[in-house]
Amino acid sequence: MAAAIFALALAAQHVHGAPAAPPAAAGSPLLRMARPADPQAQVGDEGHAGHGMPAQGHQGHSMPAQGHRGHPMPAPSAPQPAAPPAAGQAGPGAAAPPAGSGHVHQGMDHGSGGTALPAGDAPPPPPPANAYADGFFDPAAMAAARARLHSEHGGQKFLTVTFNLAEYQARAGGDGYLFDGELWYGGDINRLVVRAEGEGSFGEAAEELEFQALYSRALDAYWNWQAGIRVDAQPNGRAYAVVGVEGLAPYWFDVESALFLSERGDLFARVQASYDQRLTNRLILQPLVELNAAAQDVRRDGIGSGLSDVELGLRLRYEIRREFAPYVGISHERALGDTADFARAAGEDPSVTSFAIGLRTWF
Amino acid sequence: MDPADISDVTGSTYTYLVNGHGPETNWTALFRPGERVRLRLINAAAMTNFNVRIPGLKLSVVQADGLAVRPVTVDELQIAVAETYDLIVEPEDRAYTFVGEAVDRSGMARATLAPRPGLVAPVPPLRRRPLVSHRDMGMDHGPAPVQGGMDHGAMDHGAMNHGATAQGGHAGMAHGGQAMAGMAPGGSMKMRDPANAPQVPLNPGVQMIAPMPADRTDEPGQGLADVGHKVLVYRDLMARDRNPDVRAPAREMEIHLTANMERYMWSFDGVKLNAVTAPIPFRENERVRVTLVNDTMMAHPIHLHGHFFELVTGHGEYAPRKHTVNVLPGGKVTFDVTMDARGDWAFHCHMLYHMHAGMMQVVSVRPDEDGERA
Repeated sequence: MAAAIFALALAAQHVHGAPAAPPAAAGSPLLRMARPADPQAQVGDEGHAGHGMPAQGHQGHSMPAQGHRGHPMPAPSAPQPAAPPAAGQAGPGAAAPPAGSGHVHQGMDHGSGGTALPAGDAPPPPPPANAYADGFFDPAAMAAARARLHSEHGGQKFLTVTFNLAEYQARAGGDGYLFDGELWYGGDINRLVVRAEGEGSFGEAAEELEFQALYSRALDAYWNWQAGIRVDAQPNGRAYAVVGVEGLAPYWFDVESALFLSERGDLFARVQASYDQRLTNRLILQPLVELNAAAQDVRRDGIGSGLSDVELGLRLRYEIRREFAPYVGISHERALGDTADFARAAGEDPSVTSFAIGLRTWF
Repeated sequence: MDPADISDVTGSTYTYLVNGHGPETNWTALFRPGERVRLRLINAAAMTNFNVRIPGLKLSVVQADGLAVRPVTVDELQIAVAETYDLIVEPEDRAYTFVGEAVDRSGMARATLAPRPGLVAPVPPLRRRPLVSHRDMGMDHGPAPVQGGMDHGAMDHGAMNHGATAQGGHAGMAHGGQAMAGMAPGGSMKMRDPANAPQVPLNPGVQMIAPMPADRTDEPGQGLADVGHKVLVYRDLMARDRNPDVRAPAREMEIHLTANMERYMWSFDGVKLNAVTAPIPFRENERVRVTLVNDTMMAHPIHLHGHFFELVTGHGEYAPRKHTVNVLPGGKVTFDVTMDARGDWAFHCHMLYHMHAGMMQVVSVRPDEDGERA
C-alpha cells in the first residue's frame, strides 16, 4: 500500500489585485510541513512524496513560528510513552517531570489519573523578579525590547479624521454649505479630539464657524468625558470652556452633549444624537437631532433663555466603501421660544428647511 | 455587538488561499486511485477560522496540533487559527473539492484532490451565514444544542429567564440590535457582574462578563450545529499515547478573555499587554489546571508557547494535547499543563488583531525560590 503525503496550508491574505498571490503572507503564523506517514494510523510505511505538489520539507518535524521558539513535534511514529512533554523545549536546568508508570493503552480505558483527577489548592508562586532573558542578554536592551513589545500590543496610538457631514444645501433664500468634521489622536483611553463645524451661504461670510479642542477620556465601556475649549471664528470670535460627555447610548444611539461657558459668563448646552439604521449593508439611513439651550438671554446674539433651537435631519448614505459614502438628505432648523421671537423681530425666518447632497468620509 | 459579528475581517477584504492559491487558480494535489492519503491542515491565516470538508470523503482525524490522536471519522471540522490537524482520506478515481469555508461564510478557500491533472469537482455554494446566539453571549441556560439550536431564530426567548440591568443593556442586548430584542428589562442575569470574575477590573476595556459561560467542547463551532453531518468536536479527540504527566494539578486558575468590541479593546483578565506589570507566574514542572472563560462574543484561538497542554474533556490519562485551543464565545475551556520549560513564554489569542490590541500576556516558568521544583 502506498501513502501519499500532502500538506495543505490555509492562508488568508489581503487582496492585492493578483489572484495567485504568493503563499503565506508575511504575517502568516505557521509554516506548512509534511512528514512521513504515521504507521500507527495505518497509513502505510513507505512514505512516498506527494504527487505533483509543490516541493515541501518532508522531514520537518518542527514548526518554527515567527520570532519565538516553536513547538517541536515529537515524531509520532516513534513510541513516546514516557517522554517528557515537548522534549527538547526545556530551558537550561529543566528536568523531566515524573512520567507516570505503565504503558500505552490501546483500548478505551482512559485511566483514572491525569485530567480525571481533581486539582489541588496550592498557592500560586510570586511573579519572578527578573525577566528570564535578562540572564542571557543585555538587560537594558531587553527592557527596550519589552517596552516595544508592550506598546505594540495594546499601546498603539491612532489618528482618525471623519467628516460626518460635508454637504451642499439647497434652500429658500440662497443655497449654502455645511460641514461637521472630527479628528482624534490617541489610544483606547486618552485622546485628543478636534472638531470643526461650519455653515453658511455662498457669497457671504460663514454664518457659523466653530472649532473645539478637547481632551477625551474613556469613562466606562461606552462613554467618554471631554473637556477643552471652543472658539467660534464666526459669527463673533467668542471663546468658551467646554465640558461634555459623548458615547454610545443603549440601542446604539451616538450621543454628544456639552456645556459651554463663554468668556462673558454665559452658559449654553447642546445635545446631539444620531443613529445609523442599516437598510442594507451599504445603504444607511441616519436620523440626527440637535438641541441647543441657553441659561440666559443673550440679546446681542439673538438667543433667548431656555431651549433656543432644534435641528432635525435625515440623511441616506450609500457606502461605496466604508470610508466613502455619498448621501442625500433633508434638514429642518427651527428657532424656539424667545430666540424665535428675536429672529422674527430681526426680520428673519425662524425656521429653515434645506435639501442636502454631500459626502461622508473618514480615514 | 452585532449578531453578524462572527469574523473581524471578512471575504470582502480577504481572498482565501490554499498553499498560496486562490479559488480561481485552484491548487490541485494528485493521488493514485485506491491509495490512502494523509492531508495536513495548518490554519496559517491571520484572522480567519475555517470550516473544512471534502464533499464525498470521510475525514479520519489522526493528529491534532502535531500529536497523534486516536482516529476519529468526521465529515467536517472547524480549524481555528494556528491549529493543525492531520486527516486520512481514501479517495476513489475521481476529483474532489477541498472546501475551506470561512467561519462567517463570507468566502472560501478551495483546492482540488484529483487522480489526474485538469480534473475538477463541483464547488458547493457558501452556506447560510451563522448568527451570534445567546449561547455565544454566555447566557444560555440549556444544554448544548444538538440540531438547529445554534440558529438564533430557534431560541426560545420565553423560556429563558433573561433580564437586563442597565449594564446588561449595554453589554449586548440593547446594543445587540434586533436579534437581541425581546428580553424583559430587570432581572437577575447581569452581563457585567464583578462576582462572576473577581480578578477582572471592570474598566472601559471590559464590555461584559459572561454570566453563565458553558463548557462548549462538545460543540462543533459557530454555525456547525445544524449542517446535517458529523462535525469534529474537541471531546472527540483522544491522545493515542498516554499523557506523559498524569499527576493531579497542584492548583487551578481561571483566566478571562475580555473585550470591548465597540472600542476594539481585547485583553486577558481586562488588562491589555501594554498595561500588564508582571507575568503570570508558574513554578517549573508545576502542573496547573487552567480554565479560559470567554467573556466576549467572538471565538479566540488561544495559543501557549513552549508547552503542550491537555484538554480536560473526559479522557483521563489520554487527554488530547494541544498548543492552541479555540474558546467559543460565551464558552470556557479547561486544560491541564505541566510547565516544564523554564523561561518566559508568550500566551495569546492567535487572531492577529486581537493580539496586537492587547490580548496577550507573558507566562513565566521558574524554579521555586528555594530552588526546589514543584
